[in-house]
Amino acid sequence: MILLIDLCYRNGSLGFDEFVRPVARIVRHSGNDVIPVHFRSLTDPLLSRAEAVILCGTPLADTAFLAEPGAFSWLKETSLPVLGICAGMEVICTIFGGTLRPCTEIGMTEVSVIGNDPIFQGSGSFSAYEIHTLACSSKQDLEVLAVSNQCIQIVRHPEKTIYGVMFHPEVRNNWVIDRFLTCSVEGIISP
Amino acid sequence: MRLGVLCSGGKDSLFACMMAMEREEVVCLIALRSRNEESYMFHTPNVSLVPLQAEAAELPLVEMPTEGMEEEELEDLRAALVCAREKHRIDGVVTGAILSIYQAARVQRICNTLGLWCFNPLWYTDQESYLDSLIRNGFRVIISGVFSEPFDEKWLGRPLDRASVVLLNQYRERYGITLTGEGGEYETFVLDAPFFKKRIEIVEASSEYHNYRGFYRITGARLVGK
Repeated sequence: MILLIDLCYRNGSLGFDEFVRPVARIVRHSGNDVIPVHFRSLTDPLLSRAEAVILCGTPLADTAFLAEPGAFSWLKETSLPVLGICAGMEVICTIFGGTLRPCTEIGMTEVSVIGNDPIFQGSGSFSAYEIHTLACSSKQDLEVLAVSNQCIQIVRHPEKTIYGVMFHPEVRNNWVIDRFLTCSVEGIISP
Repeated sequence: MRLGVLCSGGKDSLFACMMAMEREEVVCLIALRSRNEESYMFHTPNVSLVPLQAEAAELPLVEMPTEGMEEEELEDLRAALVCAREKHRIDGVVTGAILSIYQAARVQRICNTLGLWCFNPLWYTDQESYLDSLIRNGFRVIISGVFSEPFDEKWLGRPLDRASVVLLNQYRERYGITLTGEGGEYETFVLDAPFFKKRIEIVEASSEYHNYRGFYRITGARLVGK
């Protein structure tokens, strides 16, 4: 089972349809069961049942999740594969020693892969859909795998199977989610 | 949260409106009345009847004319959103965008500069399930314009019902249309929605069609009880 965590400001918000449901479709299409859960309702039993976790994005104006870092402290302990999308990457950056700075990208942006990784191997550069007003600083305990001309686009924890992507892979880059799931399930990526 | 729904009169904006009503407070509809039938942003067939839809839904309408010229029409959209914020104190905007990054990104940018939330509840939805849900929820929708092969004149004014969806699925497989018409292959007009207090009855209409391009122009319509 793949756990999809909704980071929107409240459970059952309109943001769920836009940022969680499209990811759930891709995950189900790849043959996995999905359980969506709001970040304030996440429990240890749910985490223990998951094979991997995806932290989904939020509407541009929705940054309420940043005021509740305690809700994400489990990331420090977990050995599960985790993919953070946009807001999810912002959470991962702040939990692992980074800070956020204002940086707005809305629309299609060129992403250049600069690091070696089983998920992004051979990707070179690709066009991706962005919708964010914040970006991660480079001072963090994470490896930078890709950049745009404005900010860091992909990070990976050096010792955990935790990834963050600033772009929205559910729009025109389903392959990122597919490869993350394949690599997670097959153990190609491991701590 | 007080929301304004960008409304073209078509199925996507009014279905998004219903979704928004289920979760938040919809306080107005917002319509851009484009004089350009080739507008990049705003669909045009029968947009002049959005006031009747607003009346049917008992929602106030913020209406803004636009020449519909590329990029300049975005200034008109900005003006409409500013007006909706001043008149109806909206916190955010809802659109019916499904796949169009061109449209969604432009609305997002304007909302961002105005400090408004922006929601696209149909974004990357499963198009088949969406059309099924549209029909199941009791929306009455007609085809108000066709703009691509293989749509013939008979589609103009045709109800978007289960039989139409079967045909649209065949067109998708054979001609590569998007099932919901998001690629501009066809446009729709909503005559009734679950949240309408009255439904729209067409009194007079005419069709205009040439070479896979046609409009169903409603020249007379009224509200009747449901």
